[in-house]
Order: sequence, then C-alpha cells, then structure tokens
Amino acid sequence: MTVRELCLTEDFKPLALPDGEREIKGVYIGDLLSWVMGRASADDAWITIMSNQNIVAVASLADTACIIVAEDVKLESEITDLALSKGVNILSSDKSIYETAVILSKLL
Amino acid sequence: MAEALNFHFIVDGEDFTSAGQASVQVKKNLRQLGLPSEIIRRVSIAMYEGEINMVIHAGGGTADVNVTEDYVEILLKDNGPGIKDVEQAMQEGFSTATDSIRSLGFGAGMGLPNMKRYTDFMKIDSVLGKGTDITMRVNIE
Ligand SMILES: Nc1ncnc2c1ncn2[C@@H]1O[C@H](COP(=O)(O)OP(=O)(O)OP(=O)(O)O)[C@@H](O)[C@H]1O
Ligand SMILES: [Mg+2]
Repeated sequence: MTVRELCLTEDFKPLALPDGEREIKGVYIGDLLSWVMGRASADDAWITIMSNQNIVAVASLADTACIIVAEDVKLESEITDLALSKGVNILSSDKSIYETAVILSKLL
Repeated sequence: MAEALNFHFIVDGEDFTSAGQASVQVKKNLRQLGLPSEIIRRVSIAMYEGEINMVIHAGGGTADVNVTEDYVEILLKDNGPGIKDVEQAMQEGFSTATDSIRSLGFGAGMGLPNMKRYTDFMKIDSVLGKGTDITMRVNIE
C-alpha cells in the first residue's frame, strides 16, 4: 500500500505528503531516535509520539516510507514545512500507538 | 568515477534541533552520484549518529566524506572532552546524555553501536581533554 492510499483511510490524516507514492513495506514503533535508526527497515511506516524537528532527519536518513505521529500529538508548522522540503511524509493518527499499529497490520 | 570526490562540512555545536544537516546533504550528494540506496542508507545513518554525537557531546567539529570507486569514507573530528573508555562507550545502552538531551529522543546509547553495525570499518581515536577522531568506511560492492 502506498502512503497516499493510507491517507485515504479514515484513521490517518496527511500532515505533509511530498512523496505519496512511496510503498509501505513494514512498520516500526519507537521514540528513541538511535533505536529507530538501528532497528527500523527502509520503507517502514514509523509510528512515534516524538514531535521535534529531529524526526524529519531521522526519517530521511533511515529512509522510512513515512512518519506516523500517533496519540493525536500535534506538530509545529515548521516541522511539517521542513518535512515537505526534505521529501518526508508525515501522517497523524488520533488513535493510541497500539491501535494505530493494529489498524496498520490489518491494512498491510 | 575516476577520481575521489570530497565533501567538507563544519558541524555547528550550538544548533541542537536542526543538527544533522551535513548528513542530509551527503545523502543528497550520494544519490546524485547514483550509489545503491542500501549503501546510501548505511552511510547516512552512520554519519548522522557521528554528527549528532559531535553536537551533543563535543560542541561541534568537522566532517569530511571521501567517495572512491571502492568505498565511502567518513572522517569526523572534534575538540570535545574525548571519550574516557571507548570500549564502554561502544556498549549498547551506555550514555552520558543529560535529561534535556533525552527529551529530544537521543541518549539511548545506541549511536556508536549503530555506527559500527552499518559500516565495514570503524576506528575511534580519542584523547581525554583533546578530542575525538572517528574514521568509518562503507564498501561499495
Ligand atoms: N564525539 C564524542 N565526544 C565525546 N564523547 C562522546 C562522543 N561520542 C560519543 N561519546 C560518549 O559515548 C557515549 C555513547 O555514545 P552513543 O552515541 O553510543 O550514545 P548517546 O549519544 O549517548 O545516545 P544515542 O546515540 O543513542 O542518542 C556518549 O553518551 C558519550 O559519553
Ligand atoms: Mg549518540
């Protein structure tokens, strides 16, 4: 499933979608950035509640398909602007991390 | 690619939130060179971890990246406090990061282990009170 297709489902809202045709191949959950870089795979959807700028660099360098900010965590507009300029997709989910993962496991 | 290509960066030690700019630029450069995406990913992560460490633990430094036919080499140099016990610092989970750093998502003690994991060669030269030099290489098959 592509990131754009995921945004068409009711549970995910796009906050930045510069590269919507990216295919999601797996899921990783985590907030510690080095842990994410060590364990996430390329093309994963990365679920987190971290909301600072560094998530954009991490997603770009670890080559994840998108960031999913769960638990209805809000992002500053500078972060979504940065994501747009760096080609990093960010979605939001108002569900818990667990529920977000369960929904994804049914879709993927 | 007959000659080696070199990129030089000054890594600002003041700038916490936007740290990682050199690594993001290197990723872009390597893409333009057409290197395989798995190689780019390994170089990007290893360099980002090293760059962040220079910002968080050493007040900044310099980064040089050399691209040859056979490998991508990353040289990181800082004049920070140095690493007291390199073997201990290399352990997963060892970190001296403060709470404010941890609140940004760093400080898991996974940076140096990641640098080792994603590279084919890594060497740390650190002198207490003087600084740290790190050399990493990722082979291009
Ligand atoms: N360039 C450096 N100068 C001085 N000390 C360093 C440097 N790089 C690493 N260290 C020391 O080594 C420890 C381990 O580094 P490592 O990158 O593995 O973890 P971290 O930076 O604390 O957390 P993480 O990388 O998971 O966010 C650091 O906490 C710090 O004490
Ligand atoms: Mg680190």
